[in-house]
Amino acid sequence: MQKYILLGDEAIARAGVDAGISGMYAYPGTPSTEIMEYVQLLKNKGEVSISCEWSANEKSALETALGMSYTGKRAMAAMKHVGLNVAADAFINSAITGVNGGLLVVAADDPSMHSSQNEQDSRFYGKFAFVPVFEPSGQQEAYDMVFDAFELSEKYSVPVLIRITTRLAHSRAEVTSRRPHPQKQIRLPEDSSRFILMPAIARKRYKTVLGNYEKLKMENRLSKYNVFRDGHNRNLGIIACGLAWNYLMENFSDEQIPYPVLKISAYPFDKDIIMNITERCREILVLEEGYPFVEEQLRGILDDGRRIYGRMDGAIPRDGELTPDIVAKALGISTGSGPRVPDLVAPRPPSFCKGCGHADMFNAITEAMKPYPFNGVFSDIGCYTLAALPPYSAINSCVDMGASVTMAVGAADAGLHPSVAVIGDSTFTHSGMTGLLDAVVKNSNVTVIIADNQTTGMTGGQKSSGTGRLKDICTGLGVDHKHVRTIVPLRKNHEENVRIIREEIDFQGPSVIIASRECIQTAARRKKSENKSETEKDQS
Amino acid sequence: MKSDIILAGVGGQGILSIAAAIGLAAASNRLFVKQSEVHGMSQRGGDVQSHLRISDRKIYSDLIPKGKADIIISVEPMEALRYLPWLSESGWIVSNSVPYVNIPSYPPAEEITAEIKKIRNSILFDAESVARDCGSVRSANMVILGAAAPFIGLPLTEIEKAVAGLFASKGEEVVKINLKAFRAGLTVTGRA
Repeated sequence: MQKYILLGDEAIARAGVDAGISGMYAYPGTPSTEIMEYVQLLKNKGEVSISCEWSANEKSALETALGMSYTGKRAMAAMKHVGLNVAADAFINSAITGVNGGLLVVAADDPSMHSSQNEQDSRFYGKFAFVPVFEPSGQQEAYDMVFDAFELSEKYSVPVLIRITTRLAHSRAEVTSRRPHPQKQIRLPEDSSRFILMPAIARKRYKTVLGNYEKLKMENRLSKYNVFRDGHNRNLGIIACGLAWNYLMENFSDEQIPYPVLKISAYPFDKDIIMNITERCREILVLEEGYPFVEEQLRGILDDGRRIYGRMDGAIPRDGELTPDIVAKALGISTGSGPRVPDLVAPRPPSFCKGCGHADMFNAITEAMKPYPFNGVFSDIGCYTLAALPPYSAINSCVDMGASVTMAVGAADAGLHPSVAVIGDSTFTHSGMTGLLDAVVKNSNVTVIIADNQTTGMTGGQKSSGTGRLKDICTGLGVDHKHVRTIVPLRKNHEENVRIIREEIDFQGPSVIIASRECIQTAARRKKSENKSETEKDQS
Repeated sequence: MKSDIILAGVGGQGILSIAAAIGLAAASNRLFVKQSEVHGMSQRGGDVQSHLRISDRKIYSDLIPKGKADIIISVEPMEALRYLPWLSESGWIVSNSVPYVNIPSYPPAEEITAEIKKIRNSILFDAESVARDCGSVRSANMVILGAAAPFIGLPLTEIEKAVAGLFASKGEEVVKINLKAFRAGLTVTGRA
């Protein structure tokens, strides 16, 4: 037993390590990145021996974790909510195969879209895949749940989803750890045919999965994470899910909550749990972070029963993350506020770092595009998306990982020229390569510019799978080597870079320009650590 | 004991180091700590904030309710104003006065100063020149922490110990500069 101050992400990572995982797999994405980073930190310190390299994307991460689970060892895969879209095929089918060693999938949702393109609620994926979901309310609970999630995963041979949101992922609190479990030995599944999802086997497995889901509802009736507390004021019953529980408690920090309260942190739940509230109270307030997942189920399609307050009737805003103030308002508790923000306070959006190579790259792209009044610059997810903002206003799209390349192909099909994709190196190896193969196969008239800063920049500089391999990947996919060009986005190269971009735009067919310059953040860190080791050498 | 603190600044200015120092001091005083941070896109030169809560009782919410913050500690003057709705009636603002201008619409500095001065309990000073005198402008965040320290509700010696602990891995010289910066900040408040 040790005490740590940990981010929610780190608490989950620590718990995974202490629960004896042999593999941690992930692709960086805010707010999930620190889960993997913490495991890597422990490995670098020599505290653990765990396979924990970044995967090329979330699908690859989850499948690798499933492969480890197949051998009987415990594994985790972590991703941001939209990463679970990428891994959805693996996630849903891993529920049908079932697992051997415990398998945990952590999805970090981002309500209010602090660093994301949507605020989808991963609890729906759990229901969709018939996978149990744990939704911790705090750092300690997140730590403890990982142990129970592994037990549950192995008991029912099912992957378990842990759903957190930004506020928990990126908030620190004290966590007390448990005695670590040893890692498991290889023990292959007794019935390995269940991993062969041919229709005849899958049909059988699906029935098992459906049956298990009902059993899980019974199991969660007794879950220590679904807690009912009675109250003397039965005019209102409150259902608080995951993190929402904290905001409820915050509003009653000096007194007992007078209302009956049901805290839900383990899904699926069955009717009996809900009836604790519905039998006592005529009106119900549902507090949940994300979509009205529980609220919608309570209301049903007819919604003609009792009075339910939540996100669907406007008691709580339909979108955005919860705050203690929003919960107070829904409870009719008056809240204070300090002075209002003076009008002179200007928004301060994020921007390129001073000296960032992307800025020079976009200056060249914008100038190269000048002769073409009708053009498309399709872009992607990463730091370079900031080129959408003034003074650059240089890109026309940012949709999902890899969409720049394929959207450019579609626009070229429609006859748009120039049709240009701008995609980061890490995003390219995540989901851009397949689109480039499409472009090669149909000889699409697109120019793909790979913004190669040799790292996964936006999430803080994680290793990028494509570093040093981009040229080979592009020619390997079939792009003519004469049209795989490399430029260095520096101001002094501006004229030359503009010329090269124009040449490739004018070329009829798929071409790639690798705009290669080290991220200035990682470069600064690298120089600092080199200096440090130099000094250490001098001193020794 | 309960102290709710909003830390404000621009991505890259080092507000998380301030949070870490206070958090360390609180934890070694056996207090409960919750500290919500901003990671990701905003760290690229955007506005960033951290909600830091310390208490001798269990803390539930990771976020401070509006009107409940005891202190806004800011390393940038306009950013101090962004979080005014969180400030309690008796709360303090401790802020660096040197603007960080990375947007075209940045308001005139004297207007920002006037707005901050409207708050009864405010301390606004040039933390960067104090830091420069201590040996490194980069320790401006520790100067600000020093100036805010008397309002946090933790023993000053504990915070000082935490500052030393925070920079210990970076060598003696860095520890020395940051401790000097912390103490210089403390003096600023002493004079105010």
